[in-house]
Amino acid sequence: MTAQAAHLIGCRTCGRVWPEGTPTCGRCGARLRAIRDGHSLQAVWAWLLAGMVCYVPANLYPMLNTSTLLDKTTNTVIGGAVELWQGGNYGVAAIVFVASVMIPIGKFIAIGWLALAIGHQNIPGRHRHLRLLHIVEFIGRWSMVDVFVVAILSALVQLGVVATIEPGPAAASFALSVAFTMLSAQSFDPRTIWTTRTP
Amino acid sequence: MMAAHPTLSNTRPEQLIACPFCDALHLRARVKVGQRARCSRCHTVLMAPRAGSYLQVITLSLSVVILMGSAVFFPFLTIAVAGVSRTTSVYEVAFAYSDGILQPLSFVVLAVIMLVPTLRAALLIYAIWPLAHGRPPFARATTALRLAETARPWSMAEVFVFGTSVALVKIAGLATVSLGPAFWAFCGLVLLLTLNEHAICKWTLWQDLEDSARP
Ligand SMILES: [Zn+2]
Ligand SMILES: [Zn+2]
Repeated sequence: MTAQAAHLIGCRTCGRVWPEGTPTCGRCGARLRAIRDGHSLQAVWAWLLAGMVCYVPANLYPMLNTSTLLDKTTNTVIGGAVELWQGGNYGVAAIVFVASVMIPIGKFIAIGWLALAIGHQNIPGRHRHLRLLHIVEFIGRWSMVDVFVVAILSALVQLGVVATIEPGPAAASFALSVAFTMLSAQSFDPRTIWTTRTP
Repeated sequence: MMAAHPTLSNTRPEQLIACPFCDALHLRARVKVGQRARCSRCHTVLMAPRAGSYLQVITLSLSVVILMGSAVFFPFLTIAVAGVSRTTSVYEVAFAYSDGILQPLSFVVLAVIMLVPTLRAALLIYAIWPLAHGRPPFARATTALRLAETARPWSMAEVFVFGTSVALVKIAGLATVSLGPAFWAFCGLVLLLTLNEHAICKWTLWQDLEDSARP
């Protein structure tokens, strides 16, 4: 039996149950949301769209500007991974590629898929979708790794004419894209996975 | 598994809990230390209390605050190439993004790698300290715990340490890099934060806070 069927509303922060229509949880103070409140799904789409929009400039603009005695180079997110690969660091190149390209794009697809599938799932499908949402939420933070790499390199490699690394504008839109996608996943109410669509 | 009761609709709401992942109702029960309670519908682990966890959380959280305080000022990494060398602190790493439009990113980086983990540790200490000593909780302890929960996904110290290792590989061929005390402090922090995460059973904590607030 679900809380909804019993005309109750459960607090998603602490688990306490309240009569339908209660605005905030009396135990932890969190806002209580009914499952059929379309608000949460709207927030999921809005944050997801913002995250996808920010991901475009994050890949077009340079992430790193390197100047050495000999030359000046700029690197995009993908360019950085390619350079590592060419330098023979296959493992790290793969990690950077996974964290900065595969995880962000995978998250866009996963969240969109979960949102579209609400109400259309059989029981095993619901279990799979809940697991997918847990994975998306767990993995979200790790996409930030490239933003930290750029910060560390730019702080460290300030050696005057010998070598200087400066961060590029892509770092900001990349960080925004990760944050928006995290907010999108957080707005997703997993309880909606278990609802059946009523025409 | 927690019992899903057929006559739950006749039970008073304060005796029930609802799964935050699938909305299934369960009878509120004390789960014994070392046991795990799973949701009867979606099988997510809802409660897994541990022995002595409150003192453990306080010790770990205090260590996080102290270690983070020292990590700010000590040297983080030192680079040397062609007779030129440079040492940087974690603070300077965050403020690498201090040019023009990137400036707000500096504060974001500083927040997610240092401020949020420290704040979370401080909030946990505030909420749990009286419980560990068998006293009623401080005023607004529930707000503190709720804030700590909200901050959890934004605490990225471990991602930062991972980023450091990637950065080290990137410059390994170009220059000599030596690791400073702040680097090792951050490695310790990741360990402490992970242990702390596993020492907390969120729902047991909420129940204990509510129970000990009653006169
Ligand atoms: Zn609550
Ligand atoms: Zn459940």
